[in-house]
Amino acid sequence: MGRKLLIHNDKVPGINTLEVYRANGGYASVEKALKTMTPDQVTDEVKKSGLRGRGGAGFPTGLKWSFLAKPEGVPRYLVCNADESEPGTFKDRYLMEKIPHALIEGMITSSYALGAKRSYIYIRGEYFYVARILEQAIAEAYAAGWLGQNILGTEFSHDCYVQVGGGAYICGEETALLESLEGKRGNPRIKPPFPAVAGLWGCPTVVNNVETIAAVCPIVNMGGDEYAKIGIGKSTGTKLISASGHINKPGVYEIELGVPVEEFIFSEEYCGGIRNGKKLKAVVAGGSSVPILPTELILKTAKGEPRLMTYESLADGGFQTGTMLGSGGFIVMDEDTSIVKNLFTFTRFYHHESCGQCSPCREGTGWMEKILKKFLNGTAEESDVDLLWDIQSKIEGKTICPLGEAAAWPVAAAIRHFKQEFIDIAKSKKFVDISHYNRLNKIVA
Amino acid sequence: MGAQVHGTQEFNKGKRAELKFSEEAMKTVQKIISNYPEGKHKSALLPVLHVAQAEFGGWLSPEVMDYVASVLNIKPIEVFEVASFYTMYNLKPVGKCVLEVCQTSSCWLNGAEDIVKYIEKKLGIKVGETTKDGMFTLKVAECLGSCGTAPMLQCGASYHENLTFEKVDQLINDYKTAGQRRNYTDLDYKNTL
Repeated sequence: MGRKLLIHNDKVPGINTLEVYRANGGYASVEKALKTMTPDQVTDEVKKSGLRGRGGAGFPTGLKWSFLAKPEGVPRYLVCNADESEPGTFKDRYLMEKIPHALIEGMITSSYALGAKRSYIYIRGEYFYVARILEQAIAEAYAAGWLGQNILGTEFSHDCYVQVGGGAYICGEETALLESLEGKRGNPRIKPPFPAVAGLWGCPTVVNNVETIAAVCPIVNMGGDEYAKIGIGKSTGTKLISASGHINKPGVYEIELGVPVEEFIFSEEYCGGIRNGKKLKAVVAGGSSVPILPTELILKTAKGEPRLMTYESLADGGFQTGTMLGSGGFIVMDEDTSIVKNLFTFTRFYHHESCGQCSPCREGTGWMEKILKKFLNGTAEESDVDLLWDIQSKIEGKTICPLGEAAAWPVAAAIRHFKQEFIDIAKSKKFVDISHYNRLNKIVA
Repeated sequence: MGAQVHGTQEFNKGKRAELKFSEEAMKTVQKIISNYPEGKHKSALLPVLHVAQAEFGGWLSPEVMDYVASVLNIKPIEVFEVASFYTMYNLKPVGKCVLEVCQTSSCWLNGAEDIVKYIEKKLGIKVGETTKDGMFTLKVAECLGSCGTAPMLQCGASYHENLTFEKVDQLINDYKTAGQRRNYTDLDYKNTL
């Protein structure tokens, strides 16, 4: 059993309440930080921990914090990115729903480090009921003096608010999120300036993912050095993985970074193997935007070494033979899965979610969706595979925000590793989809 | 502000004059506005639009958007450009219960297409349509963050997960019997995470 630091108490009855959360050691990091540490010391511990952004990009959190501009007399903000929308990812929802105080505690401790008197949790609109759970937890925290004026009798005062979004994947991009938080369309901003200099309402702002902020609590409690001992190399600590698809035990798992992918998929402790005794075909390891890998490359690297659940091991081989840990949205597909159809669902998603600012993304995602539709209708030509490749290559790197890459990468990877499937459909002029037969065991005629 | 701003929807001055948040909704709106620093009240727009949609029949008519603009003291176009950007705001009337079936990867792998077909057949409507009695609208949605409990659908604040045809029968029956409008802002919700 690996160590768990974030959701170890998820099955404790009443853990969503302040009383039970506190009785299980909750809010210790606030006490420790406010009473015994300076804000810079908290930031130093986070730096030492090696914690990397858990939203997908994996940028070192302590470094991000150290970029925060601190001009005199200008308010600074911490904004929590709870817009979790990357297909395959549902870990933040689990954490917020089961242990809302873990996020609130992290917000307070992190805000102390950053000198933020106000913080906002921007949560995707579809998670409205989760926002209610957070608001309830915040109300409890105010009543008990963990939020508000002079927390624990110190000079530190803090207010934390929840804002619901309106349903837009793009608002998970931090500058689009800030636009949305300001009551505007979620159009990403051109960087620089980065939010650390000019973020919310033009003020210095740090935007961190839910899991990242929650991880600050154990880091402060145990110390950055201790935290860094968990994991392998630059992949320190624990990570929440959202496991879904054709597996026996879908759900959210907290792993110590470094667990072998094979163990994660097949052991009873985690996914429990492939459903219905089927064989593994492919995995999307870190949310829809990361490259899909076939069985032989997800279980072992091109060099033949066991692939591990770390930032580095999953990326080993670059995009030719590797992928990314991303958000930890781990989608497993069995031998019956049509990679073409799965790609179609991703591309339709990105077309739907493109904000429309940049032409390559706005037009390219729709064009790719149309071509993929031809494959599903059986009207595609072999040359459409090359056309798809060409279009994706002209989106990547040519847009304001990474949605362009997110839409291009899955297309490139599907063609790179499963080109024959596209060609077979184009040649036979026929598409048969049995990918989902074994779930409902019934099909509507 | 006129019909041209809102595409297909007509602007009715008479209807606009009648619009007013209930006392309770107004309190909620004031609370939301107070979440932001002085002068940053425009930030309240997204959450206030959710309140308005729930308050005025499940969709945002041109009149409602104009009213929200007046409440927040911003221009009507600032409301429309936001309402038309985000998928959760309905710019056309919808049924009392909007069934939104997630169709992205993990849900598709687990039979979401069959759930959609099953509901279409059961309710006698296609995706995007509303039943004649105004009870149900069927929509498809992109990833709702319920991949581990796929397939799923959202109705108002509730997540219905690990769907089977039997569960669909049950929930449609329950919603029909209750006969109420379901909103994202509802305090009561069901979920099976």
